[in-house]
Amino acid sequence: MSVLVYTESLKGKFKKNAFEVASYAHKVAQDLGTSVTAVTFNTNDDASLGNYGVSKVLKIADNKLDTFNAKAYADALAQAAQTEGAKVIILSSSADSKFLAPILTTKLNAGYVPNVVSAPDSTSPFVVKRTAFSNKGFAHTEISADIKVIGLSNNAFGVVENGGSASVESFTPSLSDGDFAVKSMEVDRVVGKATIADADIVVSGGRGLKGPENWGMIEELADVLGAATACSKPVSDLGWRPHGEHVGQTGKPVASNLYIAIGISGAIQHLAGVSASKTKVVINNDPEAPFFKAADYGIVGDAFEVVPKLIEKLKEFKAQNA
Amino acid sequence: MKILVCISNVPDTTSKINFTEGDTKFDTNGIQFVINPNDEFGLTRAMWFKEKQGAAVHVVTVGGAQTEPTIRKALAIGADEAIRVNAEPTDGFFVAKQLAEVVKNGGYDLVIAGRESIDYNGGMVPGMLATLLDMNFVNTCIGLEIDGNNATAMREIDGGKEKIGTTLPLVIGGQKGLVQESDLRIPNMRGIMMARQKALNVVEPVDAPQPTQDQKFEKPAPKGAVKLVDADNVGELVSLLHNEAKVI
Ligand SMILES: Cc1cc2nc3c(=O)[nH]c(=O)nc-3n(C[C@H](O)[C@H](O)[C@H](O)COP(=O)(O)OP(=O)(O)OC[C@H]3O[C@@H](n4cnc5c(N)ncnc54)[C@H](O)[C@@H]3O)c2cc1C
Ligand SMILES: Nc1ncnc2c1ncn2[C@@H]1O[C@H](COP(=O)(O)O)[C@@H](O)[C@H]1O
Repeated sequence: MSVLVYTESLKGKFKKNAFEVASYAHKVAQDLGTSVTAVTFNTNDDASLGNYGVSKVLKIADNKLDTFNAKAYADALAQAAQTEGAKVIILSSSADSKFLAPILTTKLNAGYVPNVVSAPDSTSPFVVKRTAFSNKGFAHTEISADIKVIGLSNNAFGVVENGGSASVESFTPSLSDGDFAVKSMEVDRVVGKATIADADIVVSGGRGLKGPENWGMIEELADVLGAATACSKPVSDLGWRPHGEHVGQTGKPVASNLYIAIGISGAIQHLAGVSASKTKVVINNDPEAPFFKAADYGIVGDAFEVVPKLIEKLKEFKAQNA
Repeated sequence: MKILVCISNVPDTTSKINFTEGDTKFDTNGIQFVINPNDEFGLTRAMWFKEKQGAAVHVVTVGGAQTEPTIRKALAIGADEAIRVNAEPTDGFFVAKQLAEVVKNGGYDLVIAGRESIDYNGGMVPGMLATLLDMNFVNTCIGLEIDGNNATAMREIDGGKEKIGTTLPLVIGGQKGLVQESDLRIPNMRGIMMARQKALNVVEPVDAPQPTQDQKFEKPAPKGAVKLVDADNVGELVSLLHNEAKVI
């Protein structure tokens, strides 16, 4: 009986969330007196997971699985869980993890809790804390099924290095044609830029920026910080920015370390989706904007004056700390 | 084509959240309930299939009698028939089991659900339903075309999108993008009158396990006051973010 983790990767390289789920699994395994087994799909540096608490890697190498496929991946993970006798399975909160988790759960007759924000409250009974009501509240949820599937929120637990080492075994799941009945035809992914899901820092613009032609300074600020760009709902509805950048209760959730909101009023639906971010900064020319009540730091001022100055100061800061 | 749209009944997005009974229950006092926004996009896409491709559109909710105004609203928007499974939806797997029964009995080709309910944010019902029924499944769906038995879908992925090809029978977890915000419909008088004539069938739940239980709720700790930095002293923000918040 071990704790199983799904470690995500892109083009053979682990994503940051792979190290975070491994770190979390290590903590759960310690509580349960067992060890962590990771399942990897076509990755290069499997043994590196040892440093994050993984003892054993089940390495899958199969060209058919180069592109993510929820059903096939879920099937492979279910077989790995059965081989290992795993009672706890940990995934991230990425779009891929959220796609496959319900499939995996149903295959294993397990119980699933997404958006988990901390180590289990207790392991017997098995109770975890998760966000609910779009970050307006938390729930402590018991999983009573024999097998437990946990979706960990981004940046909720952090990456913990422990200098351990992992053994690597190859693993060949038996997959059928039915696993590939949902086919990826084309993937259109922005490369070389941080995404809202993975980024440590997110820079977000609202209707206060007046028009799409003014996003140059938002992108420049994001560049300096290595941040992802995001926007409020009306900005994407107006077509100023792509829908994929819409964050909030009905858009993408943000759980970054730093969220910078520029020209965004702070409507309840917006705040609900971004409040899981650790530090929030607001730049708005209206001191009464509701976002000031939800932020850690704020500047009352015209974005068109403040943002260029902020970019300049950040460049100086980076030059000094390089 | 026969389409089933799954509708969850959720607090309006402007709702302030409170808990009662020693923080073990969500306080519905003063809360306005609406069609889950992700389901409203799906329902609107279903209306498009009805109008352009002659699809029949049914809606279903698992919930008590108090959810009927929400499901009536879906009928007023244009769905042909409604089903209510008379049970409290306290666990995602339980709900998926109920919906699976409805899909089996109704012989649907396409099931449109939402990416997640905005209240409990489970994001699990559509994937579980598809797996229980062994139907194809596409999540975070932002575009859907059906041509005979073939489906082409767009899926939102982290940092982009993916085009997907598959076949019916199909379940999707949909969201904004399936239709645009401006395509959403507000029921008009005629729709509301017609909805009164449409069937709303109440069925009793089947036995199903509930693998998870919410035991207690809490609200986030109140936030400390914002630290204001003068607009003429932007450098101070940089040093606060570095030295105090330690995020850069
Ligand atoms: C069902 C539903 C779901 C919703 N879901 C979401 C969601 O998921 N995400 C979301 O974001 N919204 C959502 N909304 C919309 C939400 O209610 C607000 O309308 C929206 O967040 C406002 O966007 P905004 O702050 O960009 O625009 P506004 O409210 O117009 O605010 C613009 C802000 O910019 C400031 N400003 C103006 N000029 C300047 C300047 N020169 N410098 C600095 N500041 C300036 C203004 O003071 C103002 O505070 C939803 C609404 C509904 C009904
Ligand atoms: N009680 C319910 N009745 C009908 N459909 C539901 C119910 N709960 C969830 N769904 C559907 O499943 C989707 C995802 O919900 P959830 O898994 O609860 O986040 C929703 O958008 C609905 O389409």
